[in-house]
Amino acid sequence: MNVTTPILAPGRLDVARVREDFPILGETVRGKPLVFLDSAASAQKPRVVIDAMRETMETQYANVHRGLHWMSERTTDAYEGTRDAMAALINAPDRHEIVFVRNSTEAINLVAHSFGRGILKPGLAVLISGMEHHSNIIPWMMLREAYGTELRVAPITDAGELDMAGFEALLADGKVGLVAITHMSNVLGTYTPAERIVQIAHAHGAKVLFDGSQAVVHRRVDVQALDCDFYAITGHKLYGPTGIGVLWARRELLERMPPFMGGGEMISSVSYERATWAEVPHKFEAGTPAIIEAIGLKAAIGYVQSIGYEAIAAHEASLTEHAMARLSAIEGVHILGRAQDRGGVVSFVLDRAHAHDVATLLDRQGIAVRAGHHCAEPLMRRFGVESTARASFGVYTTREEIDALGDTLERVREFFA
Amino acid sequence: MFDDLRDLYQEVILDHGRRPRHAHRPEQVDATAKGDNPMCGDRVQVFVRYAPDGSIAETGFDARGCAISIASADLMAETVQGRTPDDARALFAAFREMARTGVCPECGGEKFDEALERLQPLSGVHEYPSRVKCATLPWHALVAALAGEKESTSE
Ligand SMILES: Cc1ncc(COP(=O)(O)O)c(C=O)c1O
Repeated sequence: MNVTTPILAPGRLDVARVREDFPILGETVRGKPLVFLDSAASAQKPRVVIDAMRETMETQYANVHRGLHWMSERTTDAYEGTRDAMAALINAPDRHEIVFVRNSTEAINLVAHSFGRGILKPGLAVLISGMEHHSNIIPWMMLREAYGTELRVAPITDAGELDMAGFEALLADGKVGLVAITHMSNVLGTYTPAERIVQIAHAHGAKVLFDGSQAVVHRRVDVQALDCDFYAITGHKLYGPTGIGVLWARRELLERMPPFMGGGEMISSVSYERATWAEVPHKFEAGTPAIIEAIGLKAAIGYVQSIGYEAIAAHEASLTEHAMARLSAIEGVHILGRAQDRGGVVSFVLDRAHAHDVATLLDRQGIAVRAGHHCAEPLMRRFGVESTARASFGVYTTREEIDALGDTLERVREFFA
Repeated sequence: MFDDLRDLYQEVILDHGRRPRHAHRPEQVDATAKGDNPMCGDRVQVFVRYAPDGSIAETGFDARGCAISIASADLMAETVQGRTPDDARALFAAFREMARTGVCPECGGEKFDEALERLQPLSGVHEYPSRVKCATLPWHALVAALAGEKESTSE
């Protein structure tokens, strides 16, 4: 499939051309042009993704790894091609280290289950941070419940950054077997200092899992340069379809980890007395996978690469700077988190107006933001709020849309004054 | 800019959302229950004091939530005062219908006319399905308190 190259010059993103790639951006909401500022919840899909999925179903669909027929072989090739594309995207050294899952929630649960119960020694602890999504909290609480694994939480600063001294102190006793931490906060926009986290964790004998749900959308991820041990990705935020995500893990860990779910696809031989497991990564891929979605994800990866992370990062950095300035200038608006290193996610509260009321008023103008606790209740509590409104940006977001948000917020403020 | 939103945010709602009259715990509390909406984080606790004849003498609340949920809690406290628990439940049934559909043709009869007129400004939520729960949350907590339960089960 051909991916058009929406680039003006290297490192620059032509947002008008990018927008043409997303059919939904032509829609109107309540009679107004859609201003979609909720990409961190789920991104819109470019035509190449939609076409790849449709073409698969129209021309070459069958189950994978099972049929000795043309359709199945074709589909298997396309499906397995996503493994190569993802390995290339995150610079994984080995395509067998790419495990297909439904989303990053499943990726983290897989690690909690297979690594947590199978490899982490009883008596060891898991260390998360104070800015995790529930997806990177609950699986560890479940592990604690089932297995007694201690759960530690590294503090964050008022600026919304990881408190590195506090983080290191929690590793000091050498009991932490795994650090599981976000690479970019879905609420604060903060990037965590991934390389340093890995250095410190490894020095204390802990493996490291990054929740890359947000980060990989906005910046180049190189798992070898990061030197981490696990990396969780969810496809639908990366301009791909829902229902497909990836766990990357070092092969040597995957080899040692027991399977997560049992069923077809993940076995090598079965009798009623015993079964042997398929090779990595199939050992972790029980059942018929999300075939069409995986093929859609490959198109999404190709799309992101055609724009290029440099251009994406530059575009979003300029949008974020603009948004911070524009929103800060509005009386009564308070932005959560002021991290030095941050991406295109801005959470805010407005004096005298609840986030839900703000979101409803913005929605009336066709502006979609998220309001609520963003699946991060402990983080909300840390900042003393129940909920925030959140604007988040993607490759198709424009300065004008941020201005529309700013202008409308001024009116919202007057409305609730 | 928000003219069409005046249906949802009528002056009464903005006013009661901003300056609720019943947002406190009565000196004497005979029944209380909490309600929360895990989807959005709204929380409310409703307190009830009964009169000697078993009717509702006073209702107060403690709430964290949007303008609609606070205004709804406040107007609820106002409109259930003096009613028997059965009447309060019947009024909720009528109000819930109004919140969901915008109207309640077969509601109540005379005894609820005035109360429903007071609550009418909240009927604008029917156009915003995700906000209907904001309006009904405090009522669920009230009904739970009247039943002697500690927490309301959400819809
Ligand atoms: C930081 C972070 N982690 C995990 C998730 C969970 O992603 P998913 O629901 O696709 O599993 C999200 C998105 O909601 C997220 O933003």
